[in-house]
Amino acid sequence: MLTDNPARKTSVSPVSTAVTFDQVVKRYGDHTVLDHLDFEVRQGERVTLIGPSGSGKTTILRLLMTLERVTEGVIQVNGQPFSGLPEKQLRRARRHIGMVFQQFNLFPNMKVLDNITEAPVQVLGLSRDEAAERARDLLDLVGLADKADVHPTRLSGGQQQRVAIARALAMRPDILLLDEVTSALDPELVQGVLDVLRDIAQATDITMLCVTHEMGFARDISDRVLMFDGGRVIESGPPERMFSEPEHERTRDFLGAVL
Amino acid sequence: MSFLTAFVRSLPSIWDGIQITVLATLLGALLALVLSFVLGLAARSRHLLVRGLARAVVEFFRGTSLYVQLFWLFFALPILGFKLVPLACAVLAFGLNYGAYGSEVVRGALAAVPRAQWEATVALNMTPWQRMRKVILPQAWPQMIPPFNNLLIQLLKSTPLLSLITVSDITFQMDQLRSATGDTKAAYLVLLVIYFVLAYALTLCMNGLEALGKARLGQGRA
Ligand SMILES: Nc1ncnc2c1ncn2[C@@H]1O[C@H](COP(=O)(O)OP(=O)(O)OP(=O)(O)O)[C@@H](O)[C@H]1O
Ligand SMILES: [Mg+2]
Repeated sequence: MLTDNPARKTSVSPVSTAVTFDQVVKRYGDHTVLDHLDFEVRQGERVTLIGPSGSGKTTILRLLMTLERVTEGVIQVNGQPFSGLPEKQLRRARRHIGMVFQQFNLFPNMKVLDNITEAPVQVLGLSRDEAAERARDLLDLVGLADKADVHPTRLSGGQQQRVAIARALAMRPDILLLDEVTSALDPELVQGVLDVLRDIAQATDITMLCVTHEMGFARDISDRVLMFDGGRVIESGPPERMFSEPEHERTRDFLGAVL
Repeated sequence: MSFLTAFVRSLPSIWDGIQITVLATLLGALLALVLSFVLGLAARSRHLLVRGLARAVVEFFRGTSLYVQLFWLFFALPILGFKLVPLACAVLAFGLNYGAYGSEVVRGALAAVPRAQWEATVALNMTPWQRMRKVILPQAWPQMIPPFNNLLIQLLKSTPLLSLITVSDITFQMDQLRSATGDTKAAYLVLLVIYFVLAYALTLCMNGLEALGKARLGQGRA
């Protein structure tokens, strides 16, 4: 795979595109959530999705993670279309993507270390030792080196979420999906998780798609902010501009309510 | 001859009877356990045909009496040219009947694992088999144990049917003692106590398994 050439960052070649939504429609019954949605995310780009509740932000991430299927249209990851593929080929597409959930979703039947090592061992075929080494490095990164042998149920929400971030990163995804990863946390635990994500954004070139209500965090890490409403992107731009001089009326209203 | 001397004298055959009863219970339970999982997993299959077949098998064996199933295997099957030893008939009947009930236990416990857990396994790109084995089943099985325990005890209490198909289980042996001594009260009282002790021993084992499973999930006193 070619590495991203900064000189070509503006011209969208197929190789440098991490995610493409091409005329994607998602309906639940006759309720249209995504209405011929088009957008692209370049490799290494950090994109924040904002929009009112119910505008389909979670749906977008779930479609990418193959937890839902598109009704119409095509989603591409690294130039490969994957919507509508059978399970075997979906697994090939999923390899590039990791997701962190609002409710952490750690496995209660495994200790913290095993939560992080299980998939690398089972799915990537790493040896237990390699996987454990990788997991300990990641636990270090998220500030939980001393919690390897603890049950996840014994951790605070913030600690659980940091383990979940380590678990997703252990699979070395190119693309990390973050769905309101701090909104289930007590306010005093939010900062620790955001700091970890800032570190990751700085230390790696992983592509990030992030749904958040933390506008300060969005401003810090994103290259681009996409505003959703009515199943489409109604406005996008760099955070400085989006937050200071939004063009669209709905964006102004929305930001006025959350900022 | 007093009941007590007759009882002591027939202890060896009572012991044989207990062994037969326990053996039939355990073998029947083992087959039932395997069928519970096969049918319970099949009931959640993506394929309509597999689901339908599992459903049909479960409904058939739940909906027909164990007594009749056993008699069918013992009396009717030989007419078709398949003759099984009586104990095998019993194990098969117990396995099929309680396996049908057990599959509902498995299905319910699997369905009770939060969907979010399944989503996390998808996000980690596990195969369906890895999801089941590493994440879903370990979380489901502590929930299965109390209902499995109920079924196991019911299975134990169904085993007197063995004495109707010529197997010398504990009920058969105590019945021998009853007719030899004529002391119906004492003989059946001893029989009640024996079944109670066996059932209680099974419950203790199952409680241990449940505690173990819960400790693994970080619940209870880990
Ligand atoms: N499984 C489902 N069945 C039916 N409708 C659904 C389902 N999942 C989501 N929806 C609907 O799709 C719409 C978009 O939901 P989604 O969760 O993507 O919104 P969101 O932008 O993430 O909102 P929030 O900010 O509240 O998280 C909502 O109207 C929701 O009710
Ligand atoms: Mg959402």
